[in-house]
Amino acid sequence: MSNLSANFVPQRVEASVIIDRDKCIGCNICVQVCPMGILTLDQDGKAYMQYDECWYCTPCQTDCPVDAVTVNIPYLVR
Amino acid sequence: METRTYTTDVLIIGGGTAGTMAAIKAKAAHPELEVLVLDKADIRRSGAISMGMDGLNNAVIPGKATPEEYTLEITASNDGIVDQLAVFRQASECYSIVQELDSWGVDFEKDVNGNYEVYRVHRKGRYVLPMPKASDLKLILAKKVKQMRCKVVNRVMATRLLTKGNQAVGAIGYDVRTGELVIVQAKAVVMTAGAAGRMGLTDSGYLYSTYENPTNSGEGFAMAYHAGAELTGIECYQINPTMKDYNGPACAYVAGPFGGYTANAKGERVTGCDYWSGELIMNMWKMANKGEWPLFLKLSHLDDAAISQIEAILHNNERPSRDRFHAGRGKDYRTDMVELHFSELGLCSGHSASGVLVNHEAETSVKGLYAAGDMACVPHQYLLGALTFGKIAGTNAAHFADSVTHIEPDPGQIEAEKQRIARIAGHSDGVPHQQVEYKIRRIVTQYLMPPKTIVKMEMALEKIAHFRKVDLQLLGARDPHEVGRALEVHSIVDCAELMAKASLFRKESRWGFYHYFLDYPERDDENWLKRVIVRKSASGDCELYTKELPPYILKPEPEPEAGVEAEADSTDQQALTH
Repeated sequence: MSNLSANFVPQRVEASVIIDRDKCIGCNICVQVCPMGILTLDQDGKAYMQYDECWYCTPCQTDCPVDAVTVNIPYLVR
Repeated sequence: METRTYTTDVLIIGGGTAGTMAAIKAKAAHPELEVLVLDKADIRRSGAISMGMDGLNNAVIPGKATPEEYTLEITASNDGIVDQLAVFRQASECYSIVQELDSWGVDFEKDVNGNYEVYRVHRKGRYVLPMPKASDLKLILAKKVKQMRCKVVNRVMATRLLTKGNQAVGAIGYDVRTGELVIVQAKAVVMTAGAAGRMGLTDSGYLYSTYENPTNSGEGFAMAYHAGAELTGIECYQINPTMKDYNGPACAYVAGPFGGYTANAKGERVTGCDYWSGELIMNMWKMANKGEWPLFLKLSHLDDAAISQIEAILHNNERPSRDRFHAGRGKDYRTDMVELHFSELGLCSGHSASGVLVNHEAETSVKGLYAAGDMACVPHQYLLGALTFGKIAGTNAAHFADSVTHIEPDPGQIEAEKQRIARIAGHSDGVPHQQVEYKIRRIVTQYLMPPKTIVKMEMALEKIAHFRKVDLQLLGARDPHEVGRALEVHSIVDCAELMAKASLFRKESRWGFYHYFLDYPERDDENWLKRVIVRKSASGDCELYTKELPPYILKPEPEPEAGVEAEADSTDQQALTH
């Protein structure tokens, strides 16, 4: 694939896991408990959904100590 | 690739329900031994019941049901292909597990006298014990693992077993956060890596809206196969009745005791037994093909208090996002029926019968290797079976580990696995895992879905061989997380191939829709009341053969005549036979 001008076409994806950045304290618990391992902390220490592989199972929301996480159903499933 | 190594007495692969219980009980049996749990996620929320479960489907509570009754029920439900001793052992020992969970703080439904409440969903016996507030079940189990001083390594995905001849001596894994190769040397290994839940495509089109937790992608089946263990029942697929587009179960088990039921489009009750089996799915499939479709979960006739109680269970437990799914579509149980459908195809012993062959001691055909839960063939074992056989596997693995010394792993096995992983990790401009996964799951859905035919399954095998040669070589990953997902695609391909081969080998139909084989449409007990085994031979070939069932310890009851219902009372679940 090395001689192609562009390997990938960027795609817009809506994140199903939404973090309230004002509330997030960067404790990392949501990142730890997510079964699919799709959350991570950004350079400001706030959690965000890095990979579009959500099972909308909700431990991230339930285990968040400051209610900063909301899990929405991914677009295709809604 | 950096390498990290561990040495332990007992290694548990997968810290879900069975794995956490195995770890707890291995340590309880031999506190002086080291017990290490590897999990590709985090044991607090990993496995099939990340957000707990609303009930135990097969609790044999003294005074309410007997192990004999349960064993005969499962013998009939799985069309005779069971190790009755294993099923009987689960039924006999599960009550002590219920009591233990109760003492650990799991909340069970009890009557005014403090006795466990049980309901009927199976054809005959009452085994459904609600635990309406058990969304924290995994947190409780994980805490117990820590209390017992087991070592836990999260975010390491085991990818291959290490063997010496026919003995398990450890495992190789991959850290999906750091990208390190992980080598574990162990005296005994317990495999509790869950179902193969990402086989068929989902109706929604979203790859991860599977019935099973999508982390349960078949590594357990693939690893056991590559280690030379016998697998069985792979032709007995799992397909479950779920809410249409949402991966939550159809929930007749929860709604039934409140008066909810399965209905047709007119809201009329569809009668029969809601117990999940290939027979139920066959009945649903026939109805769908006659145009008597869709079916619905009907609750709208219930009063608000009952519906609120049902919502309190369904929207806080197991699949809590169900509330926003319904809200997003503008549906309310008070006014609307919930459309039902089939789940995608998978392999899972919890609801069906596919898995590594184990006996009543959770021993596999490989020395020092034990298996439990959704990847070990104890049919229809559900959550309580995973806990009970997790205990048996952990206890026996600890005894075994106590009796042997460490065996050095074979450097050739480590190097071969390192090469497999490095090929993906070094291919950052390769085709993304989502697309490669979509394509193999498309093959599974289009060619392996029942009704099975020789033509379709031989085409599947041809396409899978091509897929290995072409698509898996294109598969790439940009970081350790993606390498993990890509390795899962390898497991899906392995499982797909075994599904086709095992299905072609069993030349009859059995288990309702799960092995509905049009070239051999009849059940043939004379020739096929036995196991089909798949195993990788020492030379690397896939061997298939039959194996006689262990002798029954209880005489099966004669099957009722077709169309004749088992006795049912008005408050209980009824079946989907028309």
